[in-house]
Amino acid sequence: MGEQIPLVDYLVLDDGDPHLRAQECASCGARFFDRRNACAGCFGSEFTAVSIPTEGTVRAFTIVTFAAPGIPTPFVASVVDCDGTQVRANLINVDPDPDHIHDGMKVRLATYPIGADSAGTEAIGFGFEPAI
Amino acid sequence: MSASDEIWIVGIRMTKFGKHADKDTVDLAAEAATSALADASVTMADIGVIAAGNLMAANAGIGQQLQKQIGQTGIPVYNVANACATGATALRTAIMAVKAGEVRYGLAVGVEKLSGAGLLGGAGKKKNDADVWEPKGRYGAVAPVDGRIGTDAMPGVFAQIGTEYGHKYGGTSFELFARISEKNHAHSTLNPLAAYQKKFTLDQIMNDVMIAYPNTRPMCSANCDGAAAAVVCNGETLKSLSLAQRRRAVKVSASILTTDPYEAGCQVLPNVNTLTRNAAATAYEQAGIGPSDLDLVELHDCFATAELVHYDNLMLCEKGGAADFFNSGATWRDGSIPVNVSGGLESKGHPIAATGIANIWEICHHLRGEAGDRQIDNAKVGLAHVIGLGSACGVHILEKSAA
Repeated sequence: MGEQIPLVDYLVLDDGDPHLRAQECASCGARFFDRRNACAGCFGSEFTAVSIPTEGTVRAFTIVTFAAPGIPTPFVASVVDCDGTQVRANLINVDPDPDHIHDGMKVRLATYPIGADSAGTEAIGFGFEPAI
Repeated sequence: MSASDEIWIVGIRMTKFGKHADKDTVDLAAEAATSALADASVTMADIGVIAAGNLMAANAGIGQQLQKQIGQTGIPVYNVANACATGATALRTAIMAVKAGEVRYGLAVGVEKLSGAGLLGGAGKKKNDADVWEPKGRYGAVAPVDGRIGTDAMPGVFAQIGTEYGHKYGGTSFELFARISEKNHAHSTLNPLAAYQKKFTLDQIMNDVMIAYPNTRPMCSANCDGAAAAVVCNGETLKSLSLAQRRRAVKVSASILTTDPYEAGCQVLPNVNTLTRNAAATAYEQAGIGPSDLDLVELHDCFATAELVHYDNLMLCEKGGAADFFNSGATWRDGSIPVNVSGGLESKGHPIAATGIANIWEICHHLRGEAGDRQIDNAKVGLAHVIGLGSACGVHILEKSAA
């Protein structure tokens, strides 16, 4: 078993339970997941890393059945509200049909292996699964 | 406000939208531009500025390519690109030049060849995983994230914008969104310039190929070819024109372009709401007109899910009331505020850079009383709206000439 690497750098695998980490603007509290030049809200340039709650509710979703070449379908794309921070993620470990997915449903962060590279490093992805 | 501050559209045309296999972008742009010039009774010699857009070849200089076919007079060209708001941006650019007093006439052109383009947003080529995982880009991603962390493709992005509205306010369903599409396809049967003039039953729409729930194929904008162009001048110039020209001129009572202001979550899922609401509020104020004064609206129904949220954003209904508003029948062509009587992007088609001028052409067509079978009787005021993801929103309010 080789090492693990997160699919994106804001997925934290080496500090307790897996969780997401945002850059929070030190002056206005706006949260971002990407590398920042400055805050889009208040133009501040100081950020602190904050852990995002791993439970949330589905704010928006779609079940994608037709995607760009090479992307397996169906999958559920969504925006999950994690205690006020909106997170873009797939809903996983749930049947991708409208009978099993609805806005407002409670979900929690879950990780899964994406595959190993030629050096044996395993990439780990994340999604949100039903919390019940 | 003096006449020199007023902006008027004196010529405007769109080509037939659809497949134009035998024409390239320059042919289509030339057809729209020369028709708009003829409609305005001017020639390229009168035009002081061209603003032109062709999003799929945004670096190719469509404005100069067009000049080389219809008239190289040495005037400045602004080639613009602003996603699906490219056409509205071109018109806005021409309007700003006229408003600044730098030119008498401005020409705006938008053109796109999009037939068979397929899914937009997610790149067309298959993205393969690398041999060795290596973090790249602003998210330190080791592999492509489209499909792994949400979706980049437009049908799914706008589907979420629709389901988010339902989450906030309730009242939405797959069937409701499908009924919006049913309306627009029904409207298209009266528009000979629409790419598709096919009426669909609700069952046909709901049982068609699902693209991104709740958007099935007929609930998505139709990729097609087309162009549109407009000639604008100010009120002083208008005074020098014949009575016949002044009667057909359409007043641009508001011309607004906005981008999305920062709000929590707007970099996670594009917020198409606030910038539209801001553009509409500014446009109504500038025009001294309220939503209840509108006789018709052409709004950016790139997907059926998008049309619903813009009823609210354009303040055609009370906040949170878009589902009830649609269910009341208000937005059908015989309703209180007909929306997308052209058939909208779902059936008229969406040749991206042409769209923002074509929907203004639709409004002008009605204000001039020239819309034939689909004429909205006695139309005096209309609003045209487009949105380009990224985001940019164009809102124009247009008024019939009093001449």
